[in-house]
Amino acid sequence: MTIPDPKKRRPRTQTPWSRRQFMTRLATLAGGATALTASGIWLRGSEPVRHRAVEIVKLKDFRLPATTLHPLMAIVHGEHVEPMLREAIHQLGGINRFIQKGDRVLLKPNVGWDRMPEQAANTGPELVLAMARLCHEAHAETVWVTDVSLNDPARCFHRSGIQQAAQQANAQVFIPGKDDFLTTDMGGKLLKIWSVNRLFHQVDKVINLPIVKHHSLSGCTLAMKNWYGIIGGRRNQLHQEIHTSIVDLAAAVRPTLTVMDATRVLKHNGPTGGSLDDVARYNTLIASLDEVALDSYALGYLDLTPDKIPFLSLAEARGLGKVRWQDVTRSESQV
Amino acid sequence: MKISLPRLRTIRRIYATFFFGLFLFLLLIADFSHMKGYDIPLFLEIDPLVAVSGLLTSQTLYKGMLLSLLVLVPTLFFGRFFCSWVCPLGIMHQLFGLRVFAHRPSLSLNANSYRPWFRVKYYLLAGFLVVALTGGMQIGLLDPIALVFRSAAVSLLPALDNPGWTIYPHTPIFYGGMSITLFLLLILAANRFMPRIWCRVLCPLGAFLGVASRWSPFGIQRDVDRCNGCNKCLHHCQGACDPHAQWRRSECHLCMNCIEDCPEAALHYGLPATRSSVHLPLDINRRRLLETCIGSLALLPLMRHSASAVTLDLAPVIRPPGSLAEEDFAKRCIKCSACMRVCPTNALQPTLLEAGWEQLWTPVLIPRIGYCEHHCVLCGLVCPTGAIRALSVDEKLGRPPFDSPIRLGTAFFDRGRYLPWAMDVPCIVCEEVCPTSPKAIWYQTVTVTTREHATLSLKQPYLKPDLCIGCGICEHKCPVGGEAAIRVSSIGESRSATNRMLLKS
Repeated sequence: MTIPDPKKRRPRTQTPWSRRQFMTRLATLAGGATALTASGIWLRGSEPVRHRAVEIVKLKDFRLPATTLHPLMAIVHGEHVEPMLREAIHQLGGINRFIQKGDRVLLKPNVGWDRMPEQAANTGPELVLAMARLCHEAHAETVWVTDVSLNDPARCFHRSGIQQAAQQANAQVFIPGKDDFLTTDMGGKLLKIWSVNRLFHQVDKVINLPIVKHHSLSGCTLAMKNWYGIIGGRRNQLHQEIHTSIVDLAAAVRPTLTVMDATRVLKHNGPTGGSLDDVARYNTLIASLDEVALDSYALGYLDLTPDKIPFLSLAEARGLGKVRWQDVTRSESQV
Repeated sequence: MKISLPRLRTIRRIYATFFFGLFLFLLLIADFSHMKGYDIPLFLEIDPLVAVSGLLTSQTLYKGMLLSLLVLVPTLFFGRFFCSWVCPLGIMHQLFGLRVFAHRPSLSLNANSYRPWFRVKYYLLAGFLVVALTGGMQIGLLDPIALVFRSAAVSLLPALDNPGWTIYPHTPIFYGGMSITLFLLLILAANRFMPRIWCRVLCPLGAFLGVASRWSPFGIQRDVDRCNGCNKCLHHCQGACDPHAQWRRSECHLCMNCIEDCPEAALHYGLPATRSSVHLPLDINRRRLLETCIGSLALLPLMRHSASAVTLDLAPVIRPPGSLAEEDFAKRCIKCSACMRVCPTNALQPTLLEAGWEQLWTPVLIPRIGYCEHHCVLCGLVCPTGAIRALSVDEKLGRPPFDSPIRLGTAFFDRGRYLPWAMDVPCIVCEEVCPTSPKAIWYQTVTVTTREHATLSLKQPYLKPDLCIGCGICEHKCPVGGEAAIRVSSIGESRSATNRMLLKS
């Protein structure tokens, strides 16, 4: 409680205004009224909500210029992933053909599921480790590893061993949050404007590292299907036209190189697996510059033929590669 | 050289900073990547009121609850130190009462002296304990630790999350989260009218510790000869425990401010000296207490004769994996939201009234928001009361030596909404994401004739109920918006003996 000060009591009557007082007050009010009217006119719009225009970006083409000096596909059998990968890259012309000094390289393994490496639902961590090492040997500036997982991403990257592999190879793991997607013009038949993991717009080279898996609807999850893991939004709707979607994605993202992990193959119950009974060992890596031929070749591991998989011929019709892998220059070796 | 010991108020401030920091730390690291071996629910475990309520409802002092003795035993000797030294809500109130809504020194007598209505907290405590004795765990509604943990987990932390400094990859959302924090904000804002009105009038834990401290030999002692009655000790008094007159030990938080504020050095903490003033005993009215206890006896029968998850198998009440059977669950869950804080998919949500009044703010899985991650057992690991048992991954998945997985419920197809059944559109996303091996969802390839007389090959899904674990990922990932085309009900849940559908399972 404050006691009122008798000296500061409000007067009971007003004092008359001087002309100056009146003119000043009038001018101030007129100025305010003008500003108010002007801002009203300036803020007037025909749309009910004012939106900032969203910039729509396009993915760049990460491919190398074509050459006939090296085969398009290198198949390597062996026990240890790193020497196998070195051999495969060597067959295709060596890592310096793909990665130049100062390149920012993005590796896109399949890290869709909260599974262990033995369960073959994700790309093997050994392949990620070896590939990241190779990139660093070619003096890449940074090597990123990313995927848009279906299970909890922290668990997926940790339990697949890919987080540890990336750490070991001094590569950066990037788990995109909700603000890490850019609105992208995919230019597809079905996929027009979709949100894409922003890293794909910020790197110089992209290396696809898929794994061979069974998938009930498309028949298989291979190299081209692996691009499902770059988009955000309601990607579960793509299943309604899965073959066209796969081809649209493969046409939008043209990687520098693809190395398929066929050391362990998830033969049934894909793409999640979960049981070791679903997994078979083939101890093979396939590096390729032609994703269609690569996918077509890898069907052999799943006991499928290309005529059962519509997206392959659709991709060929779009000029993405050859379904008849027998017609593609290739090398096969054992390490 | 004279060594000056730190003042008691300084020591209290160091403790308060440490415990508040620890509370925030444990809250912030509560996720799969960071929690490691830390005891996330530590503050809920050292809460003696939660321990005693659990003991009354289920006759056992569950695991970490033994830690509550670390608070209770020293309180018997030293008084109600918890409230200003350890309790995160008490420390928040202290900041609000003294710093945010500071009052003029001249109003101290008005703001910080004892009022008879401070007794309310003892009657509230008695009511909660009687409900607990009859088998209802309702203490979580007003227990300060549960209250502040819940508010922080489901509302404050998500609200503070921003793109620049982020705690989550995807900021979670919670059902009615805002209403939970509004209560916290309300009691903090009430400091505007009286400092620590919550601690003085409502807090049942404060009342409990007040009762426990009534025999403590140590206390604030006022030397009647030195005291000149200036009332300066009241300026920063937290408990409104009348250090200027006859001290009320059950109200005092041992903030030690009065000792520092006394210009005559008339106050000290310890055993009484020869000229120390007398103390006042616990101020409760025996008749009111008896009335409260008898009245509270009616509460549980009222709850148990309403349709709730305890009295009825409710389809949408899908409890976290490892939850006890509903009747036991109701005896254990203190609505602290620790499980919701750690759930990686944001699946666990506080109920409003869908499980009944008794089960307000208990965790349920809402598959449209998230699903139960197949290999994740975090909710059971952080549950302080064992309402959700700590499971091993093997037990959850039913790997040997366990013979069947923990089921949360069963998924059902809605053929009227399911794309391949109702609209001749391919989909089976649910089959793709089904985590069991072999998958609970399977399909048959059929050829259908469309409206335009074209033939179309479609994969139409089916569910094998004995393989379904009710994790809800199918419903979560279903592209059919609004109500999904496959939905999980609690029927078939492992924890219930009655909520069953199949004879063989």
